[in-house]
Amino acid sequence: MQLNVNIAGIEFKNPIMTASGTFGSGRDFTSYVDLNKLGCVVVKGVANKAWPGNPPPRIVETYGGMINAVGLQNPGIDAFCKEDIPFLKQYDTKIAVNIAGKSIEDYVEVAQRLVSEDIDLLELNISCPNVKEGGVAFGVNPSMAEKITKAVKKVANQPLIVKLSPNVTDITEIARAAENGGADALSLINTLIGTKIDIHRQKFILSTKQGGLSGPAVKPVAVRMVYQVANAVKLPVIGMGGIMTGEDVIEFMMAGASAVAVGTANLLNPAATMNILNEVKAFLSDKSIDNINDIVGIVA
Amino acid sequence: MCETMNKSRTVCKIISNELLTDQIFEMILECPEIVNEAKPGQFVNLYCRHLGRLLPRPISVCELNKDKGHLHLIYAIMGNGTKEFSTYNAGETIDVMGPLGNGYNTDTVSDIHLIVGGGVGTPPMVELCKQLKGRKIIVVGFRDNPYLVNRLKEYGEVYVTTDDGSAGFKGNVVEFLEKKSLKGSIYACGPTPMLIGVQAYADKYNLDASLSLEERMGCGFGACVGCVTKIASNNDAGFIYKKVCKDGPVFNAKEVLFSCN
Ligand SMILES: Cc1cc2nc3c(=O)[nH]c(=O)nc-3n(C[C@H](O)[C@H](O)[C@H](O)COP(=O)(O)OP(=O)(O)OC[C@H]3O[C@@H](n4cnc5c(N)ncnc54)[C@H](O)[C@@H]3O)c2cc1C
Ligand SMILES: Cc1cc2nc3c(=O)[nH]c(=O)nc-3n(C[C@H](O)[C@H](O)[C@H](O)COP(=O)(O)O)c2cc1C
Ligand code: FES
Repeated sequence: MQLNVNIAGIEFKNPIMTASGTFGSGRDFTSYVDLNKLGCVVVKGVANKAWPGNPPPRIVETYGGMINAVGLQNPGIDAFCKEDIPFLKQYDTKIAVNIAGKSIEDYVEVAQRLVSEDIDLLELNISCPNVKEGGVAFGVNPSMAEKITKAVKKVANQPLIVKLSPNVTDITEIARAAENGGADALSLINTLIGTKIDIHRQKFILSTKQGGLSGPAVKPVAVRMVYQVANAVKLPVIGMGGIMTGEDVIEFMMAGASAVAVGTANLLNPAATMNILNEVKAFLSDKSIDNINDIVGIVA
Repeated sequence: MCETMNKSRTVCKIISNELLTDQIFEMILECPEIVNEAKPGQFVNLYCRHLGRLLPRPISVCELNKDKGHLHLIYAIMGNGTKEFSTYNAGETIDVMGPLGNGYNTDTVSDIHLIVGGGVGTPPMVELCKQLKGRKIIVVGFRDNPYLVNRLKEYGEVYVTTDDGSAGFKGNVVEFLEKKSLKGSIYACGPTPMLIGVQAYADKYNLDASLSLEERMGCGFGACVGCVTKIASNNDAGFIYKKVCKDGPVFNAKEVLFSCN
């Protein structure tokens, strides 16, 4: 059975990746997950310098999902390079570094800092709401999305994945803009903006009022967007949003994803990626599918 | 790395699940691995069966029965998840992960240990009292109906406070500490306003105090950075956010910055 997939010239041993921000740099998972068995570890978003993140409460449960307002708390790129890259290099998996920033310069600085580091891919998180340029997120404006992709691509030494926000009218517009800017792959979806009100206290639960919805509740939206984007661009697409089982992985790949990322499921069961990988294998063998790449975009 | 072994989500058998008093239940689980490893002040994640309720409900270790491999948990019905737990029957199973977090230091040498519990912050005090050596003064506060009082009496002098005065001292635990001018090494767990009061009391009389904090959790094992609390630091901001689930839930009172501080 062939499970390996190729994303922007990087060969993964299987299509299972971790979604940024739900797996840290893998340290908290080593007792449950053999990191050597993952296609790729996508680390938590990292910025040019340390960010404190938002005040609590940062997390709230909603039906079939959760809303987070972590606010990209991270130790900054220097601490990350010193502590986390050597840790991950002990394992036989690929490493993608998710980049956060508030301005184009911030993102460029991180990509530049990573030029000589031994990592495999960059993932540009352009769905961060606090940006300098006109206060509009890069991920919801096509010309901004193109501009930032170009700027980072110019300095980047590793293939560049651009991560798309679902909080837009037409996601294919942003996808094409990232493609025009020189992206090597696209990943989607980031979280959907949502909120939850405590009706007894008559106030928002999250300190920031609203946050990002993830988990099984968002899966139908994510599968639809993966299908749309895969048909709108030539780039490989990494699908995510609510993956809990191997069957969910198959669904995303049939919609057009060349690889997938498991997010919230890691938080609910730290061994989730391993269970999901086994379920994918069982599905393929049950249906006598020899090469997982054969199902990519099969419903198109 | 082995400190986190055996902690993945496991299925445990429910030995019993009984109403203790109004809205308060005691659930006993068969889980020898967790019991062997757990310390007072640590917690476990309980997971709902309802597929819409994904996130863990963190519940503190109340008592450990190492001979039988039984874990005692005491929980209050607060919302839909704990309401669901209350319908479970003996013989059924529940998904559990733990033990999680850092518990209380039980090696502290002190003339007097001052144990302070408020509401559903009282359950962890049972195993703590069992393990702490030396003289213990136990002060527990409730809105109205006290519980666990007799179990705590096995380990020291117990004083009860209630908001409505229906049992024991009328008022809160901090008012009681002041009134009796109780001194010692403090171990506290309870609602945030109580912890703020205990912190101020410890500061005023220069007492050591360990506070067990509560925050909403996404994972319970350090992965989501959702459950943070402000901890004093000498950086520019004056604080850093630490994870209640992994760096706590027990913190030194001197380093905790409550939002009113
Ligand atoms: C470290 C720790 C130890 C705890 N120990 C105990 C204990 O021994 N006994 C006990 O009765 N309670 C304890 N709690 C509080 C308990 O976790 C909540 O009451 C419970 O999660 C509420 O779930 P629910 O579904 O009934 O409420 P809902 O309000 O319906 O829950 C919705 C979501 O909010 C979260 N949530 C709601 N209230 C709290 C809260 N106060 N703290 C953390 N998360 C919350 C839930 O986990 C869930 O994800 C503890 C909390 C923490 C953080
Ligand atoms: C707690 C949490 C933190 C996240 N942090 C990041 C992040 O730092 N960078 C990023 O690009 N996406 C982040 N995400 C989004 C996820 O990577 C993913 O796109 C989204 O959650 C959808 O997948 P899921 O439903 O499987 O979780 C985060 C999600 C969660 C739940
Ligand atoms: S609950 Fe996820 S880090 Fe504490």
